[in-house]
Amino acid sequence: MKRKRVNIRMPGLGGQGAVTAAHIIATAADYQGYYAVSNPFFGAEKRMAPAESYARIGVEPIFDRGEVVYPDVIMVFHNHVITMGKSYTMPFYSGIKKNGLIIINSEEDLLSPGDKAYLDSLGVKVYNFPATKFAVEQAGTELATNMAMVGALFGCIGSVGLEAIEEGIKARFLKKFVASGGTASLDSALERKFKKKLELIEKNLNTARAAYELASSWAKSQGIEDFLPPPPNKKVEVA
Amino acid sequence: MSNVSTQEVQYNKSGQRIVSPDYLLFEAPREKFFMTGSEAVKEAVRRASVDASVSYPITPQSEAAHLIGELWVEGYVGVYFRGESEFGVMSEVAGCALAGARTITTTSGPGTLRAFENFPMWAGTRIPVQLVLMARGVNAPLSIQPDNLEVGFLLDTGCMIWYAENAQDLFDMILAGFVVAEHPSVHVPVITVVDGFFVSHTREAIMLPPDDIALPPYNPYKAPMPVIDLEAPPGRFLRDPFVMKSNYISYATHASWQFEVRAAIERSRPFAKHYLRGLVEEFGNPDADIVFVAAGTAASQAKEAVRLLKDEEGIDAKVVKLKTIRPFPYDELRAAVKNAKYIFVPEFNVAGWLEREVRKALYKYSDAEIIGAPRVAGGMTMPAEVIVSEVLSNLRVK
Repeated sequence: MKRKRVNIRMPGLGGQGAVTAAHIIATAADYQGYYAVSNPFFGAEKRMAPAESYARIGVEPIFDRGEVVYPDVIMVFHNHVITMGKSYTMPFYSGIKKNGLIIINSEEDLLSPGDKAYLDSLGVKVYNFPATKFAVEQAGTELATNMAMVGALFGCIGSVGLEAIEEGIKARFLKKFVASGGTASLDSALERKFKKKLELIEKNLNTARAAYELASSWAKSQGIEDFLPPPPNKKVEVA
Repeated sequence: MSNVSTQEVQYNKSGQRIVSPDYLLFEAPREKFFMTGSEAVKEAVRRASVDASVSYPITPQSEAAHLIGELWVEGYVGVYFRGESEFGVMSEVAGCALAGARTITTTSGPGTLRAFENFPMWAGTRIPVQLVLMARGVNAPLSIQPDNLEVGFLLDTGCMIWYAENAQDLFDMILAGFVVAEHPSVHVPVITVVDGFFVSHTREAIMLPPDDIALPPYNPYKAPMPVIDLEAPPGRFLRDPFVMKSNYISYATHASWQFEVRAAIERSRPFAKHYLRGLVEEFGNPDADIVFVAAGTAASQAKEAVRLLKDEEGIDAKVVKLKTIRPFPYDELRAAVKNAKYIFVPEFNVAGWLEREVRKALYKYSDAEIIGAPRVAGGMTMPAEVIVSEVLSNLRVK
């Protein structure tokens, strides 16, 4: 089913990088030529407390802001969202639209028969994807969980390709900045940091890529088409 | 004869080429960036030849204040320091401005309230300070989330109040704000409002002119009031020598001066109209008889509702987005609603201050039913679906 807009809600726990993921998703979609907006939930989040962020992607300019109350896609970053109700909405899938998609970072099936029956009645597909385990395998750190989730998202809903995802990740970690001092020591310190940064980016990119491929073949097996029509704008270099 | 330009190229203190406000806002080529509203504040200040900024952290404006500090490190802002409280900040920026500096600061919610005494003081002192207000709920119970009740409190402080809808509006308004506020026939403060989080923390596409050009610096010697001169005693620290006396001359001075401040806001209209490309903006079918009058994020949500109403119900509607609240765009609003049968005023506060403004402006000018809804507060989102259901339930009753 083609939509004009995909609204994505990302419940997780503070520290998991759901906010970073939202920004990368929107930046990647923008690079691909879609209209895109992202924002975090507006609270005093802290580690392990419920946190939520949102991204909106579409083929028309997007005015809508704030919480996504009626999502097309829900990305559950932590099993506590479901098992312990660490979510801003109860149940976590409240408001999900027909033919929507839920990606859950879990190896186990966490949904009750009641949940499943309801989601089935709406034609919602559920993808259990162990993103944290996957991140540890691919990048050697669970910190890359959000990268795995970003890759899995676009693998499932299509529309935004690997090149754009890479641009989104680079835009997040390679921000331009002005070093006004210009002393040798400062430069070398920056260089060392930079090398570390490049390694980090490479690991993140690999994780996202691998997750993308995996999710993409799952989506094919489920007969899921691209969520959006082709982008309305040409790819634009984001400065 | 070759065409020899006699115009000298001038640079500001940061080494940026000085260009006219019209060139910076309308003519310079723009490039696309993807950033948050807070980052848009930084990019506007970078191009604004700002002399001074004072900051104090409060959610959700902390990031914007912090980013202005980064600009100071990069050499784009003359003076930057942290005040001891919001009251301190708003007093200190007044000092900077009285001394002839182009000055900007930011605050939110409880910070606005704590600093409040200073806003009418700014206006009465006729300083063209710019405050970027990232609106947030005011207590209690505590909310750190978007809610613009505080804007209702500010309406009669004598400051101009402009309302930006998104990061692009905010960038353009900050630059235009200095130009209009500093105009010798205006010369009052401007408060540039956005909804906290909905704009400050939202990342979106924005078109920016190059960063090696900037606004002409503020020239305090064109101001209608003298700047502080510490070298010619007695230093002129106060602009109100009459107030120490209780007599009719001091009362009349106060009253006439207060009227003059409001008159100055009225005189800003043609300049604001030019630099903001109009005081209102319309979206949707211009002939629709269902009209949303809104500012900021409420206008964004209403635009989504206009689309939903058309796509799902086949109903035509339009949005009249107000870009300025002070001065209030009376003529523009009256013209925009002349076909209206229903006027909805969606708002992010419990009081409905914009509904009051709209009712006042349209009294005896419109027969439309004015409905102050939907209204959400305390951080709630206003989904377009909620606006649509509000419209449908009103139409069904009739």
